[in-house]
Amino acid sequence: MSKKPVKKMTREETRTVFGKVLHVIGNYSLLLFLSVLLAAVSVILQLYIPILFGQAIDYILGPSQVDFAAIAVIMKKTLFFIILASLVTWVMNLINNRLTYRTVADIRAKAIRRIQEVPLSYLDRNSEGDIVQRVIADVDQLSDGLLLGFSELFSGIVMIVATLIFMLQRSVSITLMVMILTPVSFLVARFIAGRSFSMFQRQTEVRGQQTALINEMVGSEKVVKAFNYGERASERFDKINKDLQKYSVRAIFFSSLTNPSTRAVNAVIYALVALVGSFMILGGRLTVGTLTVLLTYANQYMKPFNDISSVFTELTNAMACAARVFELIEAEPQSTDPVVELPKPVKGDVSITDVSFSYTKDKPLIEHFNLSANAGRRIAIVGPTGCGKTTFINLLMRFYDVNAGTIRIDGTDTQLVSRHSLRESFGMVLQDTWLMNGTVRENIAFGRPEASDGEIITAAKEAHSWDFIRRLPKKLDTIINDDDLSQGQKQLLCITRVMLCHPSMLILDEATSSIDTRTELLVQDAFDKLMKGRTSFIVAHRLSTIRNADAILVMKDGHIIEQGTHDELLAAGGFYKTLYEAQFAGVAT
Amino acid sequence: MKRLRRFFQHYKKEVVLAPLFKLLEAIMNLLVPLVVAAIINRGIASNDHPYLYLMFGALLILAVAGMLFSFTAQWFAANASVGFTTEMRQALFDHIQKLSYTELDTLGTDTLITRMTSDANQVQNGINLALRLLLRSPFIVFGSMIMAFTIDVKSALIFVVVIPLLLIVVFGIMLTSIPLFQKAQKALDKLTGLTRENLSGARVIRAFCKEENEVKSFDERNDALTKINESVGRLSALMNPATYAIINIATIVLIKTGALRVSSGALLQGDVVALYNYMAQIIVELIKLASLIITINKSLACADRIADIFDIKPSMAYPKKLAEAASSANADIRNTAAGAAGSGLHDGSGDSDSTAADAVGSELHNISSGSDISSADAVRFDHVSFSYAESDAEALTDIDFTVKRGQTVGIIGGTGCGKSTLVNLIPRFYDATKGSVAVDGIDVKNYPEGALIDKIGVVPQKAILFEGSIRDNLRWGNQDATDDEIWAALTTAQAKEIVEGKAGQLDAHIEQNGRNLSGGQRQRLTIARALVKKPEILIMDDSSSALDFATDLALRRAVRAMEGSLTIFIVSQRASSIRTADQILVLDDGKLAGKGTHDELMKTCPVYQEIYYSQYPDERPDRKGTDTTGDTKESLTGDTAATGKEAESDIGQAMENGKEAEI
Repeated sequence: MSKKPVKKMTREETRTVFGKVLHVIGNYSLLLFLSVLLAAVSVILQLYIPILFGQAIDYILGPSQVDFAAIAVIMKKTLFFIILASLVTWVMNLINNRLTYRTVADIRAKAIRRIQEVPLSYLDRNSEGDIVQRVIADVDQLSDGLLLGFSELFSGIVMIVATLIFMLQRSVSITLMVMILTPVSFLVARFIAGRSFSMFQRQTEVRGQQTALINEMVGSEKVVKAFNYGERASERFDKINKDLQKYSVRAIFFSSLTNPSTRAVNAVIYALVALVGSFMILGGRLTVGTLTVLLTYANQYMKPFNDISSVFTELTNAMACAARVFELIEAEPQSTDPVVELPKPVKGDVSITDVSFSYTKDKPLIEHFNLSANAGRRIAIVGPTGCGKTTFINLLMRFYDVNAGTIRIDGTDTQLVSRHSLRESFGMVLQDTWLMNGTVRENIAFGRPEASDGEIITAAKEAHSWDFIRRLPKKLDTIINDDDLSQGQKQLLCITRVMLCHPSMLILDEATSSIDTRTELLVQDAFDKLMKGRTSFIVAHRLSTIRNADAILVMKDGHIIEQGTHDELLAAGGFYKTLYEAQFAGVAT
Repeated sequence: MKRLRRFFQHYKKEVVLAPLFKLLEAIMNLLVPLVVAAIINRGIASNDHPYLYLMFGALLILAVAGMLFSFTAQWFAANASVGFTTEMRQALFDHIQKLSYTELDTLGTDTLITRMTSDANQVQNGINLALRLLLRSPFIVFGSMIMAFTIDVKSALIFVVVIPLLLIVVFGIMLTSIPLFQKAQKALDKLTGLTRENLSGARVIRAFCKEENEVKSFDERNDALTKINESVGRLSALMNPATYAIINIATIVLIKTGALRVSSGALLQGDVVALYNYMAQIIVELIKLASLIITINKSLACADRIADIFDIKPSMAYPKKLAEAASSANADIRNTAAGAAGSGLHDGSGDSDSTAADAVGSELHNISSGSDISSADAVRFDHVSFSYAESDAEALTDIDFTVKRGQTVGIIGGTGCGKSTLVNLIPRFYDATKGSVAVDGIDVKNYPEGALIDKIGVVPQKAILFEGSIRDNLRWGNQDATDDEIWAALTTAQAKEIVEGKAGQLDAHIEQNGRNLSGGQRQRLTIARALVKKPEILIMDDSSSALDFATDLALRRAVRAMEGSLTIFIVSQRASSIRTADQILVLDDGKLAGKGTHDELMKTCPVYQEIYYSQYPDERPDRKGTDTTGDTKESLTGDTAATGKEAESDIGQAMENGKEAEI
């Protein structure tokens, strides 16, 4: 997944999003509470154990100056806390796992349900890749970043506070010294980050150019070879590659200075603690064991600070992802569906009265459109690409709802019946031959999973797909791989899928893409069989289809500008005729 | 990685120095506990103030020295890793330019792009990390142990037990969870696939009312993924608590042993503190090492995949020795051809049949002399069969035909019948598996690299243009083409008005993949690009499919009217595009089902008839013509009648193009 820019959110938005996350984890809020609690306990225990070791060391003073009894007591205590700390950490890890993975699963389940419920306009508006990213990557980021980030942030804060308290109890002056010096290491880190940032920016830029060149040249390597362009391509690549090298070395080097620098600052603090501590021991205000503890603390005091800054980045990122996820799972679902069913059996009388529709308010598409098609009639829709032929399909199937007017089937307003019962009465074959990842059988029986093999084979024979299915390695059980079937074969499968359902009405989208002549004939024949006795709406590309239609709708720029039969339209002398003859005239000269 | 070692050759010094300086830094780290021990044992014990300041100074020096050593190491590591990757990437790019179509097919361009980009970056990261940290972590772990031995052998034995134990736990958990992680990734991929399917099939799913089923199968996979995730999670949840317990229990043992040793006078208090500090260092480094190894393993896998590409040798051999002679010879051919065209004479006086000239040497002599060029057949297929790599079935079987210089050849047949394969053999994009292909009487295998391509203008099926100006794009085949030559090619390709309509004309910017142009515009520009080369042979592989019939016709006329004796191959699904060709090759399932002119084939070739009638149903003899535009069956050779038919037979298509035509 590509990195997307992190959108800055206002505090208000952040709070709302976080509230939503808490709401989603609802059932698991107890787990979240436990996770946070255990994190605190685990941190405090882990800080306490060095203190115990320090105490033990104080009983080891020198030859014959060792208090074994005291050490034994402390060590027993230590052992107990070690085991407790390990257990607490383990349980916390388990809880975190459950919390994140189940939240992820829940959110994804919600998302996939919402995908089925949103109006198609939502899916048309948002790109497939974008929605997939929301469901998969963004949800992961949400759980990793938000839940774990939250618990990490919390334990980081606990660690800093607890360390300070423990240190203060031992030596106020050393604690103050550490607290005052700590910001130095931040300043150093920030200074370096600022310097390396511009290098990183340039690196990203040049890398982008290089990737673009690779995509172009290697992506179209055959064209490159066909024009003997390889050497010139190599030269262009070399130039960018050398630039990239220059910026990469600097970016990597500068950014890798951060850690050694902050480590050095820490080491200086460590040395100071050792020095000051030694004098305090000599002054009798500190023991060797306590100094050991303070040194250990001084060493780890910085760690949560470094962690917290990266956790913050992660959290901001996760918030942005969460916002995107919620945008999907809270998308407005389509209008509620009436429970009334379309009266069965459906004859297939379609009447469209005064229908108006537009995708966006300011761009009217279809206005005051009327059409009446009795059962069994064929309606052809013609027009240039992008003229809105699919809009018509969208309205008939109620993928989109009309803005005004009514579409009636057998006299029943389609708005007043359930979408399922309406769609069940239609069979649809689109140009985009969508097949699911599954066996041939599953695909053919998509609309009627209960269909017997006999029925499936009959339908396949009728739709001319049996011929190639029976030659597949596992026949009906062959798993369809997108590349194995030709476009024509896929189309035949789509026709078979509808053939099995015996719908009363049909929506067909003739393929413009070139399929080979023989398959083409089979497809056409299958279409003809399918249309027999059914009200059919065909987005047509072939003259024979158009001529055989009972009515032709001529669409242009989203409008239905003419309707009639082939002969009527030619006689009327409108756009249809102009277009038809312009082609002749253009060719003849 | 071994196979890629050669890219280190300019960075040998850096590769040695980077880890070396990192080790120096590690030594600085390892010395710190000793200094602290000295502070406690001597400075504090004997109240020696100057000694305390001295040791403080020592700690500061260790800090600064550590930092400087580290900086140096980073500098060498950055240079070595980036330098290595830069050279490797360039070599990989150059290598890809050498691969033939067969290798490109097998590998797939997506794979190659991934190798060039993300895999290469991963290798760079891996090398950088390895140089800096791979030696450092084990060095500190074992260094701590060695330091412990210098302090007290008995106590150090605890290290000897603990380190292997920790290694077993850390790497045990890591190695067991790697396959589980892969399983989880696969489950996630499946879920992603399903989501994608749900989106791309939204209309069909809703049309068949299958929303509930989709949700159900998603839930199943979602649950499966969660289960795998949780089981991996349970395993890795053990890592922290287990290592924490081991190291701290070991510390208890260490303190107890230390207490005994101090009591007996063998050790001082400060030594126990030092041992304690060494113990604490081990765990941090071990966990670092574990995650480092995962990253490096990934990089190694990437490096292996890249090395695999380098291992693929181009399957085509070219007679290299003759390269220089041939390229000048090639220029001669061009001159000859142009000369012949300029004088308007068709030189048919060539004496020797080039089939006699079998030896490369004499063939080359033929080219250089340029005497009998026009007598040679432009293209000859001699019983050619071809099958793609990794496929048993023949894509072409026993194809045999001859094309004379200046002829136009139409190739027609269904999808997957081998049309594109056939024309791809002419520029030797692939080598015939049986038989031979000859261009200008010379076997294509005898042309030096690049010499054959220079003769041939290819218009590929997919109209691909590149980011840059129109001029840059059109100069692909001929770097030195003048603007006049480019305009001439554009005119022939019916693409003049496309360029004229753009701001900046030839300087107009084309976006990546020609996104800012329509399909028809792209096709015409790719045709122009091939023409700018002034090829002797032009291959148009279904490259007018997005053009309307009028433009297609005008294009074909213009190309045929070009000066010189251009030999043209037109691959098409449309009978109209090829019906006036001098020779039509009808392909059916990789076999030559017929060759001849349109009229001949209509009489003799059933496959051709079938194709023709399917596109011109009204002309089918057994069907009554409903056609009102007059019977044109007798005058099929006329372009007007023929194309008139075309337009009628496919009004849908015509209307698709109506947008362009009507304005």
